[in-house]
Amino acid sequence: MKERIDARGLSCPQPVVLAKKAMDKIGKGMIEILVDTVTSRENVTRLARSAGYQVSMEEKEGEFVLKLEKS
Amino acid sequence: MSNLTSFFASRWGIISAGIFIGVLAPILQKLGNPANMGICVACMERDIAGALGLHRADVVQYLRPEIMGFVLGSLIAAMMFREFKPRTGSAPIIRFFLGFFAMVGALVFLGCPWRALLRLAGGDGNAILGLAGLAFGIWIGVLFLRGGYNLGRSTPAQAASGWIMPVVMIVLLLFALFEPQFAPGGPIFKSTKGPGAAHAPLIISLLVGLGVGFLAQRTRFCTMGAIRDVILMRDFHLFSGILALVVSAVIINLILGQLKAGFANQPIAHDNHLWNFFGMTLAGLAFALAGGCPGRQLILSGEGDGDAAVFVVGMIVGAGFAHNFALASSAKGPGAFGPAAVIVGLIFCLLIGFAMRERSKS
Repeated sequence: MKERIDARGLSCPQPVVLAKKAMDKIGKGMIEILVDTVTSRENVTRLARSAGYQVSMEEKEGEFVLKLEKS
Repeated sequence: MSNLTSFFASRWGIISAGIFIGVLAPILQKLGNPANMGICVACMERDIAGALGLHRADVVQYLRPEIMGFVLGSLIAAMMFREFKPRTGSAPIIRFFLGFFAMVGALVFLGCPWRALLRLAGGDGNAILGLAGLAFGIWIGVLFLRGGYNLGRSTPAQAASGWIMPVVMIVLLLFALFEPQFAPGGPIFKSTKGPGAAHAPLIISLLVGLGVGFLAQRTRFCTMGAIRDVILMRDFHLFSGILALVVSAVIINLILGQLKAGFANQPIAHDNHLWNFFGMTLAGLAFALAGGCPGRQLILSGEGDGDAAVFVVGMIVGAGFAHNFALASSAKGPGAFGPAAVIVGLIFCLLIGFAMRERSKS
């Protein structure tokens, strides 16, 4: 399963709510979530790690692609 | 820099922000700020509204430098860590009225969530009702969030839109420093009695404000978020910050002899339990729908968030209305039309909560 979420421009806590919904939906697999503030990046990362996901991040022109993975 | 960023994002980071506020707020009180009001975003914005003549309650008029400090401290942190990001366009007019009614609710209780915590730490039992109401309002907000409530996306904006709020704060700071008179007697108004006349020296207020603004920007300190995250996700990260605030404020109050436990005759407070509760229910719901407590909205406005800036302006205008229309409480109890305004505000917030659900499907 792979989910893609665009959470750019969404204010707190929407990016986290969307990430949580995707996690509940797929359980295991990969979620790619696009955010545009460091706050959202930190919040989603914290949630994902606490739910047992591995988090990797790429930065592109002030935006962040977070890859959340659980196998 | 990145080590610092990860420290501030950590549990100890948020706890350090809570301790910073919890220690310095009672000290500001010792240095002259009103009792149990070392820091209160709602009250301080209300005093600014008064200083500008937006209301004429002559006991609450003073350009509080802490507020300017919060925004400018956040701006400095955002600049240093390359997080200044002008953005706007997420339902600004709705955010204006959420700010407006948040202020109405806060002034029925007599304090923002920060002051509710500081009142608790000063022994004011009425704060328990306020905090319970706040949590209840946030819980309603969480129900809307779970149901797909969303004010829509902001989009990146030109640099100028992000600079408006910091520049406004610099202008207010200049007014505070030079106290120009625009008409005989004011504005700029300055209380000679009452809470508005009680204040720490300007430079100290400003420095504490800058420090709090800087730390709160780095750690994302938010009282509403603290309670919301616990209800929504059982996440206690932000909550540990407000816990640290209360514990450290209790300790400092004990040291300074500022702790007086009880419900009756608490400073700048009333003991009408019903409206302490529902005033903060309104405030909590409005904060939850807008995504941040008043302090957090100031911090966001300092890092370029134009929508948060609109919320702040809504709060300041709301403060003007709250005193002009007898909505704000006093030590005697709720204002004549305070309870009615809380009901109107709750209806407004519920309507917004139900109405703004569609966009989340996009």
